[in-house]
Amino acid sequence: MSDWVEACATGDIDEEDVMRFDHAGRTFAIYRSPDDEYFATDGLCTHEKVHLADGLVMDDIIECPKHNGRFNYKTGDARGAPVCVNLKTYPVKVDAGKVLIRIG
Amino acid sequence: MTAVAGMVIIGAGECGGRAALALRDLGFEGPVTLVGDEPHLPYERPPLSKEAMTGEAPAIKAIATDELFAERAIRHFHSVRAVAIDRAAHLVQLSDGSSVPYDKLLLATGSVPRQLPMPGLGGRCIYLRTFNDALAIRAHLNAGNRVAIIGGGFIGLELAASARKLGAAVTVIEAQPRILMRGVPAEIAEIIHKAHEAEGVSIRTGQGIAAIADDGKEAGITLADGQKIVADLVVIGIGAVPVTALAAEAGLAIDNGIAVDEHLRTADPDIFAAGDCCSFPLAVYGGRRVRLEAWRNAQEQGVLAARNMLGAGEAHAAVPWFWSDQYGFTLQIAGLSDEGKSIVRRDLDDSAFILFHLAEDGRLVAASGIGPGNAVARDIRLAEMLIAKRASPAPEALGSQAVKLKSLLAA
Repeated sequence: MSDWVEACATGDIDEEDVMRFDHAGRTFAIYRSPDDEYFATDGLCTHEKVHLADGLVMDDIIECPKHNGRFNYKTGDARGAPVCVNLKTYPVKVDAGKVLIRIG
Repeated sequence: MTAVAGMVIIGAGECGGRAALALRDLGFEGPVTLVGDEPHLPYERPPLSKEAMTGEAPAIKAIATDELFAERAIRHFHSVRAVAIDRAAHLVQLSDGSSVPYDKLLLATGSVPRQLPMPGLGGRCIYLRTFNDALAIRAHLNAGNRVAIIGGGFIGLELAASARKLGAAVTVIEAQPRILMRGVPAEIAEIIHKAHEAEGVSIRTGQGIAAIADDGKEAGITLADGQKIVADLVVIGIGAVPVTALAAEAGLAIDNGIAVDEHLRTADPDIFAAGDCCSFPLAVYGGRRVRLEAWRNAQEQGVLAARNMLGAGEAHAAVPWFWSDQYGFTLQIAGLSDEGKSIVRRDLDDSAFILFHLAEDGRLVAASGIGPGNAVARDIRLAEMLIAKRASPAPEALGSQAVKLKSLLAA
């Protein structure tokens, strides 16, 4: 099982923030929650393919920078108009100061 | 027990469509009827001046499908107009001769383009409001076509950018001394002006139109200073006016739109109005009566109206928010900048910046940002939250990129 990919160092993301991670032609968003846990989702909003990493993280919500579509980045759940399709999430682990995501 | 007549929504745009879906989201089980005069499902209008123009095949971005409406038991009348409201009988009469009873009625009739009061307009002079308008415009935006756009507002400028992308020759004619006079600070308007010129758009500001002669094949425009412009297509984008006739004929008050209170209710307790068609008191500015022509407002007010039709009694509390995409940059504005007396500038990366508009007492009342891609989005969103909190952040903090706006929110 070697499909864990190193996305960034733990310190690369502020608490309650997000960063973009591109890998093998795909784009992801990596989150650090206010309680210092890490999460990962697809990088593009399901409404109009906008990079979510330019958006705002508040608690466990990522808000799309374009039209304010909201998702729970821990579960991927879409939280109301204009987004109606959930966001895909990916397993994350922290190992020796590195944030790794498992890209299925 | 009397039968439930249910909810009727007049206007099947973003606002009406969202309201219908929200009624079901909120658990309402009685009849929901959505009446729209367009032949389409409710769709998003913002792409009409952008992606719908430049995409391979113009397509509607619908906010629901027929299947979803069927599944949620939302009855959608398309290509049908509401012609009268009988308030005493709680009936809406439709253009197909039928009538629909209501317990609560939502007017989401939107706005229509302001007409250029001038003779000589013909088939090559088009206004943009609907998807069908967009198709008519698209047919004339091909490489080498000459396009004249009357009005240097958002619709006109977004269309200018789309037309350039498609290779058309574009002239924008604006009667005011600069483009985007309404609601956009001069410093940002100037950047947009230069971006258009760099892309090859000719912008004529301070120019009235003396005459238009449109023979159906091309249109000749004579400017106030005597210059002549010949175009294959003239797009007129000089603002929008709310659709209020139905409400006025039903005896409801009109005040720059259908007048509603903070609950989006008219003087008739069973009739609400939301979106472009209504004027309402904006709580964040002490109840100043405004009418907004904005996508997010249409969406939010549609949902709020649905809640209040079901008795929630919630007051409107949102801060106006608006965006525009042209070429590779995005403008975002939170709040109404005319509430401000002074400006603080915050520079971000990649030549992006935000202007914070402060009231005399130091309160943050608006923020206008421009930059490549979505560079200003996050800070504009935080500014919006600060505005909603009626915060008065220190100008030095707002102006320093080293100070995170999120930290001001917690203060």
